[in-house]
Amino acid sequence: MSDLLEYAVRKLIIGAFVVFVVTVVLFCIMQLMPGDPIQLISNPRIPPEKIAELKKHWGLDKPVYVQYFYWLFHILQGDFGTSITTGQKVITLIKARLPYTLLLAGGSLIFQYIIAIPLGLMAAYKEHSIFDSMVVVSTIIFWSIPSFWLGILLILIFSLKLKLLPVSGYDGLSSLILPLMTATLPNLASTLRLTRSEVLEVLREKYVSTAYAKGLSEKRVLIFHVLRNALIPVTLMFFLYLPWTVGGAVIIETIFSWPGMGRLLWTAISSQDFPVVQGIIFIIAILTVVSNIAGDIITACLDPRIRAEIRGES
Amino acid sequence: MGAKFDVKVLTRNKVFLAGLIILFTVAVVAVFADAIAPHPYDEMNVSLALRAPQPQFPFGTDQYGRCVFSRVIYGTRIALGVGLVVVLVESLIGVTLGLLAGYYGKKFDKIVMFVTDLTWALPPLVMALAIVTMLGPSLINVVIAIAAVSWAQFARIVRAKTQALKNMPFVEAARAFGEGDLNIILRYILPNVLSPIIVLSTLSLPQAILSTTSLGFLGLGAQPPSPDWGLILSEGKNYIRQAPWISIFPGIALVYTVLGFNLLGEGLREILDPRLKL
Repeated sequence: MSDLLEYAVRKLIIGAFVVFVVTVVLFCIMQLMPGDPIQLISNPRIPPEKIAELKKHWGLDKPVYVQYFYWLFHILQGDFGTSITTGQKVITLIKARLPYTLLLAGGSLIFQYIIAIPLGLMAAYKEHSIFDSMVVVSTIIFWSIPSFWLGILLILIFSLKLKLLPVSGYDGLSSLILPLMTATLPNLASTLRLTRSEVLEVLREKYVSTAYAKGLSEKRVLIFHVLRNALIPVTLMFFLYLPWTVGGAVIIETIFSWPGMGRLLWTAISSQDFPVVQGIIFIIAILTVVSNIAGDIITACLDPRIRAEIRGES
Repeated sequence: MGAKFDVKVLTRNKVFLAGLIILFTVAVVAVFADAIAPHPYDEMNVSLALRAPQPQFPFGTDQYGRCVFSRVIYGTRIALGVGLVVVLVESLIGVTLGLLAGYYGKKFDKIVMFVTDLTWALPPLVMALAIVTMLGPSLINVVIAIAAVSWAQFARIVRAKTQALKNMPFVEAARAFGEGDLNIILRYILPNVLSPIIVLSTLSLPQAILSTTSLGFLGLGAQPPSPDWGLILSEGKNYIRQAPWISIFPGIALVYTVLGFNLLGEGLREILDPRLKL
């Protein structure tokens, strides 16, 4: 267990370093962007006392590297400054939007796994059957449909033709259905394919033959021996997909005018509202790094082979 | 490897064949776009705006009275062109770094791996968005952003294969004969990592097309009056009630093209490297 702890600590240190580099890059971009705080301050209409106060708040009277640490100190406390377009605090904006994105991303991931795992297991178990071929072909097709077009198509069918569901916005549970479908279907294809190929690989392992030879029932072997091992990489993918789904939300939220963080990012980029862009990217970077580390540690807990590898490394 | 590229083996694989046929039609459309399209892609005629599909305009017209069919046809060139350029750039960067990192190991390997980790510090779409924000919206900047985000896959796979190959007896033998490092990498290692590179390139191409059209859809890629499919779709979205054809046809063209590459890539994977994990 101590090896695992050491592994976790090492991953955390690398992750912290990655986040550090991201903040340096974000800071450099902010320095280069038009409409940076210095330009904003040089607006003649702002009184000089206010400028001095702002300069002190952001440490702009200090050299650049000191400014960076001032800035880092602020963002680590969640102070990303104020939005250029709305004047609201960036953190307040993000806090209001984040739950909607998490609802969409989380919901889509859960649906995706609930559907993909049993279908993938069945397809692999009956490899080369008609069912399996159908699964393989439909995953390739769904893979090829971009979410932005799928969203438009679903709006056309369910909202405009059948008039069953609202076109956009957030207005209760019924407005969640279309964005959720759009977010789920393309990723469902990937998860399904991954589950299928992992199950196929495990089915070829010797320990599966051993399990059968011991006289265990088909069901027992499939669930406790095959699925348990095949799900390890599938679990790892869950943690990779979590930030990806949050990132992909930019497109889906834009189509459906979903009041989440993705649409906030898109409007901020379109209007060059850099403090907001910076805040959101910082939060997504943290989410990505934390989620990757969590994935690595959880797979290490699930898979003794990975633990053995870690022991070998250290 | 020679035997694997047997025409019979290739054509016996139905998935590969289906992809090949689809892509052949796409390529023909791209090459002969001038002959196929009845109108120039930017010919406006406001008096004919938002017309439903009819013989003169097979896919209808958009808000400026432009022929959607002609725009979709010319858009094929953008999709294929951008896809090819992105994959060329990202595979060049990724393969070079992967070969060097895998072969030399040590510090250089650590640095390359850290940089690949960095490109994964953000989800690909968000990373591309960040880069485009920095560079400004345009098709070329989107190409740069997507290549900068996705070379890491190539580097990771080529590095792993190179590490396994560099201690193989035939490489040791070449080294014993006094072959230089560059020679060993290019003549002994590269040919043996070619099949995963081919498969990965074929499967990255549709991803590149989807990413560019996604950014075009968000208004951050190709700018009007470009017939980029993503851009047509984003313009069409505003007229989805009156003129759904603007939103339907470019999407079909996009799915058709991307599907062609995915089928081709899947087929190649089955033929060349069935156990390759991407």
